[in-house]
Amino acid sequence: MTTVLQESSSVHEQPQQTQVRTDTGLVNKLSVRNLSFYYGDKQVLFANTLDIAANKVTAFIGPSGCGKSTHIRTYNRMFDLYKGHRAEGEILLNGTNLLDPQVPALELRHKVGMIFQKPTPFPMSIFDNIAYGLRLHGRLSRYEIDDAVEKALRDAALWEEVHDILGQPGNQLSGGQQQRLCIARALAVEPEIILMDEPCSALDPIATAKIEELIDGLKQKFTIVMVTHNMQQAARVSDFTAFFYLGKLIEFNKTNTMFTNPAKQQTEDYITGRFG
Amino acid sequence: MTRLQRRKLINHIILGVSGLAAIAGLLMLVWILSDVFIRGIGAINWSFFTELPAPPGMDEGGLANAIVGTFLITTVAALLAVPLGVMAGTWLSEFGRDSRLGSVVRYFSDILVSAPSIVIGVFVYLIIVKPLGHFSGWAGSVSLAIIMLPVVSRTSEEMLKLVPHELREASLALGSPYWRTMLQVIYRAAASGMITGIMLAIARVAGETAPLLFTALNSPYWLESMNEPVGNLTVTLFNYAMSPYDDWHTKAWGAALLITMAVLTVTLFTRLMLYQRSRH
Repeated sequence: MTTVLQESSSVHEQPQQTQVRTDTGLVNKLSVRNLSFYYGDKQVLFANTLDIAANKVTAFIGPSGCGKSTHIRTYNRMFDLYKGHRAEGEILLNGTNLLDPQVPALELRHKVGMIFQKPTPFPMSIFDNIAYGLRLHGRLSRYEIDDAVEKALRDAALWEEVHDILGQPGNQLSGGQQQRLCIARALAVEPEIILMDEPCSALDPIATAKIEELIDGLKQKFTIVMVTHNMQQAARVSDFTAFFYLGKLIEFNKTNTMFTNPAKQQTEDYITGRFG
Repeated sequence: MTRLQRRKLINHIILGVSGLAAIAGLLMLVWILSDVFIRGIGAINWSFFTELPAPPGMDEGGLANAIVGTFLITTVAALLAVPLGVMAGTWLSEFGRDSRLGSVVRYFSDILVSAPSIVIGVFVYLIIVKPLGHFSGWAGSVSLAIIMLPVVSRTSEEMLKLVPHELREASLALGSPYWRTMLQVIYRAAASGMITGIMLAIARVAGETAPLLFTALNSPYWLESMNEPVGNLTVTLFNYAMSPYDDWHTKAWGAALLITMAVLTVTLFTRLMLYQRSRH
């Protein structure tokens, strides 16, 4: 039995690299080491190395096609679905390399939830959308499911809006509500990390504001990694920001530092809108 | 004539011609339906649904055995073809999408869709009727199932392909296995389209005559076993229409009306269901 998901927090002795955060007092949730990715023969990620801090929001920014989505999708091995997609390097969660084929993808995805660009409610009721994930992992009584559904909806700040229409189809909600439903669904299975792949890009400003507020509250319990096209959003919600360009991690730092005093010229050019 | 006038004139002519073509098409349908209705309605009475065929020259008698037979043959055909077709469509959409085998299967099922149904009847005659030495309801069902199969698999495939890939990923991202994703999320998302395809395939084979001529044949008696010739509406219609007796002709029209109404009802019902679901 592989032990991906055990709570042992072993110390990884890695050579210090510029991309790795050096500040103390933070626990690393994920350690990514020399992550490269290939679509068939085409290499799209080049030896990305970074640490994701626990209970913080880490934002990935960069121009379209820079590999930030590809990068995030390795954390739950979504690429397993596609022929010819291949990752090299290490992604360590609690000391186990997620990329190890011995690690069962289903259990891994239980621990690493994901929110997509477009809201993806399942064609079932609001209640069942959330219960679906719960029923996947272990047998629960009806009362336990009821409680867990309510808790997830509260955590996703959706309970007040939907508590009396739980039986209605999830896809009848507004776009922003659908996205919060998807977040609630991901929260319900109690992952350790939540990946968000441009979670607000299909939403209007008000819905976006709600999700951002939500993300801020979620980091109490979860570690969040989000890809965003919107630099203001990265500045608003994230604690750390990573800038990707052409598959390389160019700069990774505290969001404040990154936006006020970037170390690399490329980062500054992108942030100030000179390209991308 | 100025250029503008000429363009307007051409516009009017084309509009008129295409309008006439549309009316002609519609007229044919109305003509067929009204003719079938007017001539067939006379044959429809209580005994038509409850009694066995009577010898020519007698007023009473009905097609009860053929109604039961058609219903049964079609149901068994659907039970054979729907699970197989849905599974084939699932494979084509989920696993064989870019594979070589996938395109081969797709190509052959497209050919099978356009195969004349009489050829399928003869084929089933050769592989089932001849070796067993007798006509049977089973053979009839198999021939109808072969006609249904490619229709069901191709529509299932198309409908499953319409389900956005993000939905699969969203389910898998929760740690759901692929089979569970298919059963609980993807089939549900594709359900209305798949059901439409299945219903239309059933409606299509319910009106088939040629394949049954070589397989289920026909029978004037109550159905006792699917292992012997089974009475059915379409072959009865064919036999009665070819006969020299007036009262059999009337019954043939009655059978035609019944089949037409059944197919029409199934089609309209499915459309209606689809329409109501799409309004949500």
